[in-house]
Amino acid sequence: MSSTTTTVLGALVNALASSRIRVVDLTQTLTPDFPQIALPPEMGQCWPFRIEEVSAYDERGPGWYWNNFSCGEHTGTHFDAPIHWISGRDLPNNSVDTIPVQHFVAPACVIDCSAQAKADPDYLLTVADIENFEAAHGRIPAGAWVLMRTDWSQRTDPEAYQNFDETGQHTPGPSSEAVQFLVEQRSVLGFGSEAIGTDAGQGYHLRPPYPCHYFMHGAGRYGLQCLTNLDRLPPTGAVLLCPPLKIQKGSGSPLRVLALVEEAV
Amino acid sequence: MTMPLMKPKRKNPVLRTRQMNLPPWARGRVALGMTAAAAEGRFELQVCKDCSAVQYPPREACHRCLSVRLQWRAQSGEGTLLGTTTLHHSNDPFFRERLPWRLGLVQLAAGPSLIVHLHGEVGDAPAPVKVGARLDRAGQAVLIGFPPEGSEHMADDKMLREMTSDPKFRKVLVTDGKTAVGQAIVQALVKAGAEIVWVGHAEPWKKLPGFDDISKLPQVTLVPLDLTNGRSVSELAGEIGGKVDIVINNAEVHRAFGIAARRGTDVAKAEMDINYFGALRLAQEFAPALKGRSADGVTHAAAWVNLLSIYALSNYPPHGTFSASKAAAYSLAQCLRAEMRPAGIRVINLFPGPIDDEWNQNLPPPKVAPAGIASAVVKALRDGVEDVYPGDVAQEWLERWRDNPKVLERELAAGGN
Repeated sequence: MSSTTTTVLGALVNALASSRIRVVDLTQTLTPDFPQIALPPEMGQCWPFRIEEVSAYDERGPGWYWNNFSCGEHTGTHFDAPIHWISGRDLPNNSVDTIPVQHFVAPACVIDCSAQAKADPDYLLTVADIENFEAAHGRIPAGAWVLMRTDWSQRTDPEAYQNFDETGQHTPGPSSEAVQFLVEQRSVLGFGSEAIGTDAGQGYHLRPPYPCHYFMHGAGRYGLQCLTNLDRLPPTGAVLLCPPLKIQKGSGSPLRVLALVEEAV
Repeated sequence: MTMPLMKPKRKNPVLRTRQMNLPPWARGRVALGMTAAAAEGRFELQVCKDCSAVQYPPREACHRCLSVRLQWRAQSGEGTLLGTTTLHHSNDPFFRERLPWRLGLVQLAAGPSLIVHLHGEVGDAPAPVKVGARLDRAGQAVLIGFPPEGSEHMADDKMLREMTSDPKFRKVLVTDGKTAVGQAIVQALVKAGAEIVWVGHAEPWKKLPGFDDISKLPQVTLVPLDLTNGRSVSELAGEIGGKVDIVINNAEVHRAFGIAARRGTDVAKAEMDINYFGALRLAQEFAPALKGRSADGVTHAAAWVNLLSIYALSNYPPHGTFSASKAAAYSLAQCLRAEMRPAGIRVINLFPGPIDDEWNQNLPPPKVAPAGIASAVVKALRDGVEDVYPGDVAQEWLERWRDNPKVLERELAAGGN
């Protein structure tokens, strides 16, 4: 079995077996209690996650247990494809079934904004935050995910997680300038957040509205939202495994997001 | 004077919960005409179109001239009490459990004499009396002799409470407290003396006006309830199902679209998911518990109220998919009524005209105010009726629908009025 150590994958398998590489689950559990994005009620709505028992070893199916479930493409921890936004609708390979699969395995940089988000739920990630991160941890490589850690996922009460008042939702996200910097200056693969969307709760009032969706998807980049456990990732060095479901012309999909994290030796 | 009902003691948990024995329920087809009127709160008898004789009991041909042209007509019920009897023994299980029971013989001013259940405020014969029809626990019309003028607490009469579902001291679930209608219903129930009002609270992160006001009422307890989520419904039923005496399902989705005005089926599905499937989920989880407690003391489980719509009777094309969902809900409510009948739980359907809310903003008046729906709910519970049509529009459409449903269909297709 010595060959397993001489290949990269073999080394990976050994590192996983010895827990030198940890697998961290960045996914929220799909449950009917997890909130979905809320739009004005006259608009089309994303379905929440719903589940119904088909049978449970009973008269409906004596030997087996299974469920039917329903949800939207943007329910729970989910992936946004470029076709999701009007700015990305004419790009090639812009839907979840046509995105090159190697993009579903990629490195991640985690910018810690948890202190800022704690102080201000409307906190917007700035270019200065990115520059400070790079000063400490090095330049963000092209093709990497940038994940905004806010510890927002620790708000397990749906009311606190959604954080609505009469002027709408108050959750952190990136500023328009920061998104443009990441897309144009750093060629990132995509942007990930812990809140319900990649854009801030008040993102509709930024210029342009929903800048993260507008610029990321307009440039063929991706989004991940409703992530959790970002506090268990190092600032750099983690690798994300995040293939969405292969939905024909899908604009996104709920998915399991895993991170591979190498322990310091 | 009727003594006001005192708050009952907590039930003794070592005793078997009393089960329902329905009063005699069999009626012939003709006699059901009286039930149909009582279901809407009217006392009707057959009147001969040829000789004007008023008939009782219901029959196929006039007792005076043998004409078969008999028509159900509303009666004032005014009459004279000729004699009374108090039963101290009965072989019928329902009455046996509720003895003593007072009956009277009444001569109606309109002619017939009849035997009635007597309200406690009616004295000895001879006395003026006003006869009304009520539905009994079997859902069949029975006649009751009321005093010409009742006292403040006349609804608390022991016999009358058997025929009604008065919210006083009862525990009520209102499935949606976020709408103006839901909030008005909660307020009205509290005012009517409900002991506990559980108020369903879906999507708690959405802040809607008025909700804080009802949340502060001491009788109100907010409960997570989302009728689109089967697990939420069954969890709540597990928690409080065994205590709920009255279920009021006011949760609804209402959008103003026909078929062509909105692409896709997502809106129609959302309407169906709450208005029809939501009602089904609720009934599957809560109905068994209510049925098990339908004879459980003076505040036994009593009623189930569905907020339907007058559009359930005939489709209003500008709100076409909503109408279809309410027609489905109406059909389901009939099934629920049939299934609740053996336990003596009353199923009350409300068929309001357009409600004065944000989804009817563009409709001209008259519209039913949320408080109007709320008072109709409380009145229906107190009067023990089954079908209520609140609002001028509902009343008018009902009349037109009864007159000729096909004509109404054509009128609604041509723009409504």
